Amino acid sequence: MSGLLQWLFGRLPIGWLQLTHSRPRFAAALAGVAFANVLVFVQIGIMNSMATATLKPYGFFQSDIMISASDANSLSEGGNVARQWLFQALADPEVISGTGLFIATVNWARAPSSLALTTYGIDPTLRQFLSPELARKSASLQLPNSGILDMFSRGLPRDEAAAIRPQTPTSFEAAGTTLTLYDTFQGGGGFGVDGYLLVSDQTFLTLFPKRSSAAPNHIILQVARGADADAVAARLREAITDKSLRIRSFAQAAAEDQSYQQTQRPTGIIFGFGVIIGLLVGVVIVYQVLSTDVADHLSEYATFKAMGYPQSFFLGIVLEEALILAVLGFVPGFLVASGLLVGMKAATGLPLAMTAGMAVIVFIGTLVACSVSGAIATRRLALADPADLF
Amino acid sequence: MSEDTPIAVTGLNHWFGTGEARKQAIFDVNLQVKRGSLTTLMGPSGSGKTTLLTLMGCLRDVQDGSVILLGHELNGADRTLNEALRRRLGFIFQAHNLHDSLTALQNVLMGLQVHGPTDRQAQYGAARHALSLVGLADRMDYLPANLSGGQKQRVAVARALVGNPDVVLADEPTAALDRESGMGVVRMLKKLGAARGTTTVMVTHDNRILELADRIVTLEDGRIVRDHAQPPD
Ligand SMILES: Nc1ncnc2c1ncn2[C@@H]1O[C@H](COP(=O)(O)OP(=O)(O)O)[C@@H](O)[C@H]1O
Ligand SMILES: [Mg+2]
Repeated sequence: MSGLLQWLFGRLPIGWLQLTHSRPRFAAALAGVAFANVLVFVQIGIMNSMATATLKPYGFFQSDIMISASDANSLSEGGNVARQWLFQALADPEVISGTGLFIATVNWARAPSSLALTTYGIDPTLRQFLSPELARKSASLQLPNSGILDMFSRGLPRDEAAAIRPQTPTSFEAAGTTLTLYDTFQGGGGFGVDGYLLVSDQTFLTLFPKRSSAAPNHIILQVARGADADAVAARLREAITDKSLRIRSFAQAAAEDQSYQQTQRPTGIIFGFGVIIGLLVGVVIVYQVLSTDVADHLSEYATFKAMGYPQSFFLGIVLEEALILAVLGFVPGFLVASGLLVGMKAATGLPLAMTAGMAVIVFIGTLVACSVSGAIATRRLALADPADLF
Repeated sequence: MSEDTPIAVTGLNHWFGTGEARKQAIFDVNLQVKRGSLTTLMGPSGSGKTTLLTLMGCLRDVQDGSVILLGHELNGADRTLNEALRRRLGFIFQAHNLHDSLTALQNVLMGLQVHGPTDRQAQYGAARHALSLVGLADRMDYLPANLSGGQKQRVAVARALVGNPDVVLADEPTAALDRESGMGVVRMLKKLGAARGTTTVMVTHDNRILELADRIVTLEDGRIVRDHAQPPD
């Protein structure tokens, strides 16, 4: 290692020799950097899984434009939208179809724990609004009080989920109605819910008698082939008389939901702070190691100054140390975090995973953070005055 | 002029502190040092020997008067010039200041690498040679922690000399050495002076070293009170 570095730098790798001179201190420094890396990785992993979970239900539907209440920051939040606006929207020449989307939570009371299912009600005859998988399986929804269930629902044994087939349906009691499940689909990874359930709008209104067919949660629209969803949405904002409504392209609604989850919701903010705190922990640890190292070697550095070494040489040593800590601390941090994410995924069912993108970003972040710490630590070098040596 | 006089000090004054605490440490010092000579600085503690040495070695900014080192005026010199000149000097400090994570050989190499990346084999060869000169051929790969005080000081001497400095400035370099190795170091400096024209200015109290000196300059209270050239032996 030392020989390689010497060949790289064209000089003795003083930073490396100095760092490794005291093995326990070196190990502690690496453990610190690794720990900061693990913190950041886990936080980013959770944030990524939140993003995946947020976007998941948007993938159940095929739509170009969504009309929502002003306070509907996410699919399942906010007030209802009057169905009459659907007809105003359909007056636009480029809007070819639309329907209401109903959303509420159904509880499946079962042992050992009940399932909270986010339930979507939609007209099953309008198959073009469903994802290909759901469209294929939607025929059974036309039977009264039927549904298809998220096969990855948390707390639902896999074999039990697999047993739910059109020939072998299963039933449960919800809100005084017997709901029959004829099929399952691939959902999973919900953050605040255990799973998803798709029913017809009729079944939805049976389950929730207080809801009205005239007031769905959202209105979803499809535009003509080749039409620009954003342009049509802008036109609808002009045309529709209720100016308080949020009329956005479906893609934009999903993107805004995601940024809302990450920046406005406590969970998102907490994990965002977690990333920053992890970074700070790393910066502080590396700064502490490097500035102690500089302070311990002040007279040696002063001697080098007396020998005529320029300032850049000392910056080089400290940066060399910073980068060594960054690289060698990253490796164990990455390994531990990968293991933790696998374990957490198994325990929670959340879509937690180490990705190459995360690794690259965290590695670059580690390099930057360590360099910043190193740069701050070099300020102490000014204290090394060769005139004090004699 | 600078060919024969690597160090020329004229009308040098120096103060420490500011305001009430301001105190003059060097008073109107004039000194010309001949190339290849061994000059010793003597005088009681606090007489300004170290201050004069650091001013001549561009480790301290010249406040008043002139110091011409290797043909360059140090009064008003910028950092780049100071660093360039320092690379042509060899310092031997009372404290050895070896890097504890570098071996003896690596410490000596640091005296060479300041001149930039050159032929690695040649650098190692020169460093080994310098260590053998100070009698440490069998201690090259020792860390300072495993060397005695005298051995460490000899490594520091090798580090100062390995780059073939034009001027060697030493502050009581033999204080930490036993008499034999102390004399050995000084004889070596004297030999270098004869062979390469290396100029040495050394602070010392050691009487036996005084015998080897070409010139003995005595300071008292920041002034030169005696300047005594010895006849060559
Ligand atoms: N860094 C300093 N700050 C303030 N006063 C100093 C400093 N260095 C030396 N002095 C003062 O300057 C005078 C000369 O000191 P010095 O050059 O170290 O003497 P010597 O080396 O002959 O013992 C002394 O009075 C000393 O107290
Ligand atoms: Mg002194």
